Amino acid sequence: MEFIHPILIKPFADMVSAPDFLVQVLWEGIVSGVLYALIALGFVLIFKSSRILNFAQGIMVVFAALTLVGLYERGVPAWLALPLTLGVMLVLAIGIERVVLRPLVNQPDIILFMATIGITMFLIGLGETIFGGENKRMITEELGIPTGNFIFEPFGGFVSIEQKDLTAVIGAVVLVVVLLLFLNKSKMGRAIRALGDDHQAALSVGISLSTIWVLVWFIAGIIALATGIVWGARAGVSFALEVIALKALPVLMLGGLESVSGAIIGGLMIGILEKVFEIYWGQPLLGGSTESWFAYVLALLVLLARPQGLFGEKIIERV
Amino acid sequence: MTQTAMVPAPADTILSVNNIEVIYDHVILVLKGVSLNVPRGGITALLGANGAGKTTTLKAISNLLHAERGEVTKGNIQFEGEQVQSLSPNELVRRGCIQVMEGRHCFGHLSVEDNLLSGAYTRRDGNAAVRADLEMVYDYFPRLRVRRASQAGYTSGGEQQMTAIGRALMSRPKMILLDEPSMGLAPQLVEEIFEIVRKLNDEQGVSFLLAEQNTNIALRYAKYGYILESGRIVLDGEASALRENEDVKEFYLGVGGEGRRSFKDVKHYKRRKRWLA
Repeated sequence: MEFIHPILIKPFADMVSAPDFLVQVLWEGIVSGVLYALIALGFVLIFKSSRILNFAQGIMVVFAALTLVGLYERGVPAWLALPLTLGVMLVLAIGIERVVLRPLVNQPDIILFMATIGITMFLIGLGETIFGGENKRMITEELGIPTGNFIFEPFGGFVSIEQKDLTAVIGAVVLVVVLLLFLNKSKMGRAIRALGDDHQAALSVGISLSTIWVLVWFIAGIIALATGIVWGARAGVSFALEVIALKALPVLMLGGLESVSGAIIGGLMIGILEKVFEIYWGQPLLGGSTESWFAYVLALLVLLARPQGLFGEKIIERV
Repeated sequence: MTQTAMVPAPADTILSVNNIEVIYDHVILVLKGVSLNVPRGGITALLGANGAGKTTTLKAISNLLHAERGEVTKGNIQFEGEQVQSLSPNELVRRGCIQVMEGRHCFGHLSVEDNLLSGAYTRRDGNAAVRADLEMVYDYFPRLRVRRASQAGYTSGGEQQMTAIGRALMSRPKMILLDEPSMGLAPQLVEEIFEIVRKLNDEQGVSFLLAEQNTNIALRYAKYGYILESGRIVLDGEASALRENEDVKEFYLGVGGEGRRSFKDVKHYKRRKRWLA
């Protein structure tokens, strides 16, 4: 019975004895969870409207952040660099629709998936050619994002919250709320959801595929830029950022590929659980760095029980 | 039995299809020279068995063909006097020609109301007009008003057909291409749907081109009919005349039998079935 104590009792005893530290851990979890959720949201939108698993979402994050920082380095003021970067993402969306999606319409899913790998390679090359491959600093202060710390002292302890993390969380929440309102209340949002349900029928009522695809890829670009700013502020802007996109995969498995709320809740769950597991179980019992694999194991366990993910759309079929 | 192929369309024709040929995937010839006219404000039926080419004809008109790797290789299609075979479905819907596809094709995860509103995608005349038309659709289909908040995928087959027709109406069409509205519905419901089609035709002045396998009901509601067989029009005429036609009675209405026939007659039957082919 020796081994039960460190697994089942000690971690919880630790949590209770140092609640301020638990709050700090949870907060860190929420911050990375918000980022996972944002990336997953980009995947979900594109998958819903075009059944494409967009492998390029990760590189879009890097490309957006690089463009922003690169423009600033070339002397464009920060307040102008931001809308310009959005413009670049719009041009990118239009280009992808014209060059990649339109000619490949009606091709099998796997071909479109391969095409997004092609887009990834292209963007890596383009980004390195224009802005260079070295690590850059995100222009956090220049964009008006506060960088100080808030210190709380709950339970007689000590919790530190970085202001830029708080800004990131608030920004993400605003972005998600606006996106949900757009999807559910606006005409274009309705058309995006309709297209996700039935391509043919969407065509038949006059919904234009090209317009919707450009729109969806542009939204994914906006989300990529937001993710890039936040993540860049914590870890700098480099091509290594692309790897975080892989973290979106377990989030998608957990939340379901078609579900916007699934992406958000899945992202938060994975962010928080992997932090808590790392601190209270991983480091004392397994020697740490469990964060790199914990999300995948969790997703695998969920898949065993619910193949469509926790929030995946039920396929409605009448017989 | 007249082919209308080269006859110029009468002045009050909303849609005229002139001798079109449709090929799928560059090799499969499906329509071999189909011609037909739909008068403005009329209901015209396009009849024929499975695989005769009814759906292909409608999709050629609405240009949904393109998304299925099909193309019109010969002939032309005129809507309100203008050539339309190279226009996108989006542009066609904008001009007032919309297709209601076979098998309903509702947006399953959207509410009934969102389905209807999605039909107004191409409109630019403002929210108030769209809302007013939504009320009009609910007046024609009171059942949809009751189910407005349910996901369309969970409604009954009849309600889905109503949703599909209502969704098309929301685009303010001049003409609806209606593909097999009777499919999979109980006879009473089929009657109900056709009554509404007639009402829409009377009150809203919407012209209909109606593809149907159910010849009996289609000829009761349509004014004019075309019969399609293996990609060709084999017969056309006023609906009342078609109803009395011996061949139509025998092959499509199933009422032509004069008692038992000998084996010799059966062979004759097979030969005759080819008609003009």
